[in-house]
Amino acid sequence: MNPPANPAVRVGNVIKSFAAGDTRTFALKGATLEARFGELLMIVGPSGCGKTTLLSIICGTLNCEEGEVNVFDHDLRHMKDGAITRFRCENIGFIFQQFNLIPTLTAVENASVPLVLNGVRNAEAERRAGRVLDEVGIGEKRHSYPNQLSGGQQQRVAISRALVHAPRLIICDEPTASLDAATGQKTMELLKTSALQPDRCVIVVSHDNRIYHFADRIAEMEDGRVTGLFDDPKNYHPAL
Amino acid sequence: MLTIALKMLFRDRAKYAMLVCGLAFCSLLMCQQTSVFCGLMMWTTATVRNIGAPVWVVDAKVEQANEVIPMREIEVERVRGARGVAWAVPLYTGIEQARLSDGSFQNVQLTGLDTGTLTGRPMEMSAGRIEDLRLPNAVVVDQVAVEKFRHKGITIRLGTTFEINDKEARIVGICHVDRSFFGQPYIYTTYDRALEYAKPTRKQLSFVLAGPAPGISDAELATRISRLPGLRAITKDDLFWLTVWWYIKNTGIPISIGTVVILGVIVGIAIAGQTFYLFVHDNLRFLAAFKAMGARMPTLAAMVLLQAFSVGFIGYGIGVGLAAWFGNVVLAKEQPPFFMPWQVPAFVAVVILFICGFSALIGLAKVARLEPAVVFR
Repeated sequence: MNPPANPAVRVGNVIKSFAAGDTRTFALKGATLEARFGELLMIVGPSGCGKTTLLSIICGTLNCEEGEVNVFDHDLRHMKDGAITRFRCENIGFIFQQFNLIPTLTAVENASVPLVLNGVRNAEAERRAGRVLDEVGIGEKRHSYPNQLSGGQQQRVAISRALVHAPRLIICDEPTASLDAATGQKTMELLKTSALQPDRCVIVVSHDNRIYHFADRIAEMEDGRVTGLFDDPKNYHPAL
Repeated sequence: MLTIALKMLFRDRAKYAMLVCGLAFCSLLMCQQTSVFCGLMMWTTATVRNIGAPVWVVDAKVEQANEVIPMREIEVERVRGARGVAWAVPLYTGIEQARLSDGSFQNVQLTGLDTGTLTGRPMEMSAGRIEDLRLPNAVVVDQVAVEKFRHKGITIRLGTTFEINDKEARIVGICHVDRSFFGQPYIYTTYDRALEYAKPTRKQLSFVLAGPAPGISDAELATRISRLPGLRAITKDDLFWLTVWWYIKNTGIPISIGTVVILGVIVGIAIAGQTFYLFVHDNLRFLAAFKAMGARMPTLAAMVLLQAFSVGFIGYGIGVGLAAWFGNVVLAKEQPPFFMPWQVPAFVAVVILFICGFSALIGLAKVARLEPAVVFR
């Protein structure tokens, strides 16, 4: 399958600030970025450079003050809250740093949540979630609760949850931050093999330089701006 | 998502148990105390319900059924002379002292029924015949008398004798009637004999019981009789409520029971409200994740409301069930008083709904303010 010609995500000159008392802090000062279909784009940079804010704006959980935010040809800045929520529900899969698995739901129930949110009946949602859990190699743990799983296994459940409704954009926020090095590598391999499709885009925010080589491109951020785009991640060396 | 909401609730066993226990305790407390209050109010109106006459004529100053201001005998004839009266008979009620065969005393509620018609007779006889009241020295006692006499070591049978104010009374029947507020046994006899048993006073008529002629309502008859100077006629229902309200206004019963009911509400709000708030607070991060994944506010609100009302429904069921069980046990012993009309569980349901709604609103306020972007922090 050929990837669509237009970029999956396009943000241009995005400005975002946060007010705290009398002071206003600019998190993004004109960030510009494009993510293509069929690629794993990694956004890297030091803490506080605006990576997570940019990610939040791309997925519509945060509004920006200025600039263009276009995801799959949808102008998020001019969509109503309800429409953005619906768009997010149908098109975006999330992998969080802390996994955010519901402790009182089993692996398969956790993985089925996006399908249920999209109106699929529980039994069917769990059947389909079970299939995805099988695909990521954790099918035998489908009835385990998160506290019965290791960190790597929990992240696999989180990946299953992100993939189960076949979204076109996968958003990963520091997916390896809570994992040891070996599990982090395996998680990224799984993400690359399971999540990446020609009609899908994966955006990963990370400052874990041990996983940079999994990216197809790297966007480097500093002080609220994208300061560089690197097409050859294997030879990317962050500035010290 | 509602199934997921219920799984989140039921599987968080500690908080779920705490919520259900809090609400069950609150329901039990409110239901049991309110039923005891209703039972007490039923006791206060026992005479009205036991006699069951449609219209009661009393002295104009009488405020409730247990207050007797004796009237002249002639009042019966005055009532009979009023337009619309089909019948009117005298009734005597008064507290008298009975002396048992072993010499001990027992206060009794002596009730003198019209000798000719026995109007106001007890509906349920467990031994003997009410018509035998017309035999010499005959009385019919209620089940409370049987109990009280048994506690004093005297077994009551038909033919047992005792004295009322030094005059012999012979038991010809045992009846089952609602017990009185002060717990004295009801002793039924004829009106004429009741006056013989009672200590002599200038006026001895306690009530005139009246019934309307065909085509006239009880209320209309009461209005007509009340036009007679010095008399007040009250329908059975009005006398029931007058008595209930008199006890509510003039005794500490509503305050003491109301305090416990209010405590129940406070306990419910404090335990259930706080625990539910904690439950929502602990799940806030996950609710934010749901929000980020595309759950809309109405979906999250429905989840929180379902969780709140589910524990409310279960806690209410357990609480009211326990109260009903308590009632069943005490009803067998006939004290403490217990009467649970449908309004009691309905009232408790409304309070529990309020507590759950309040708890859910606190949780929802947090959920509404929740930024989905918080999941990335």
